[in-house]
Amino acid sequence: MIELDDTDRAILRHLAGDARLSAGVIGKRIGLSQPQTWRRINRLMESGVIRKRRLLLDRDKLGFGVTVFLGVKLATKGRVSLEDFERAVSAIPEVQTVEHVLGLYDYRLRVVARDIPDFERILRRRIMTLPGAGGVEANVLLSEERLGGPIG
Amino acid sequence: MLDDTDRRILRHFQAAPEATSTHLAELCGLTASNCWRRLERMEEKGIILGQEIVIDWQALGYSVEVSLRITLDKTQPRAFDEFLAAARTVPEVLEIQTFLGRVDTRLSVIARDMPHYQQVYRDRILTLPHIADIEALMHVARIKTDEVLPV
Repeated sequence: MIELDDTDRAILRHLAGDARLSAGVIGKRIGLSQPQTWRRINRLMESGVIRKRRLLLDRDKLGFGVTVFLGVKLATKGRVSLEDFERAVSAIPEVQTVEHVLGLYDYRLRVVARDIPDFERILRRRIMTLPGAGGVEANVLLSEERLGGPIG
Repeated sequence: MLDDTDRRILRHFQAAPEATSTHLAELCGLTASNCWRRLERMEEKGIILGQEIVIDWQALGYSVEVSLRITLDKTQPRAFDEFLAAARTVPEVLEIQTFLGRVDTRLSVIARDMPHYQQVYRDRILTLPHIADIEALMHVARIKTDEVLPV
């Protein structure tokens, strides 16, 4: 775990607003030289605080009208290896994220589809046929917002 | 609207968002000017919205992440709006989603450790308006995180 100072936090806030801002532009806004800002951004990336960058695309315009979150319960715990399930589910292109969770479900999946019939096809042919997949609960995403988090 | 070349660009660009347009053109087997023109057009059309950084909250000492699936009291006409507005003011809430399904809304909440989580949960989450029911899912591991669209 690394400690951030106020300058690091200011840099993170600016990058969270737009990841493409250059070190020069951010530096100007917070009163730091370009090389100093660049060194700090580099440190934030090397220490893993900034895990990666992500391209933001308009799902609807690309024809993905439906996003569904699936809670998946494994049917036969202990008999199916988690690794097998994880490998198989991660290989499905429409499955955007896979999270291992504790609680009502074992896995939480984010799935994109063109429309509801397309989602049904993915669910029946790809998800329900996974090794060990048991109960599934689907919730269709209506809206989503990501917040900055406790950067401070 | 998009042809196969555009889609090829988007596939490579999603895999390497930090690539310069010259490098991206190379990956796609295009001339730099052709690639740049296509990127420009996809931005103008609002297909490419921008880029965001993904922060690793664990690296900042937030070791607990919980998904709270919340059912709201829908007899209250303004339940959604009031709940969402209040949830946005909690710093530890990273994501707010609303759903059509058994669950109305979901909050992704982080905390430094379990005592901190308990404090956030009691003081900031349970006090949010119009909650009828809460289920918690504790995150164990992220297996796939890239959120790539299969274009």
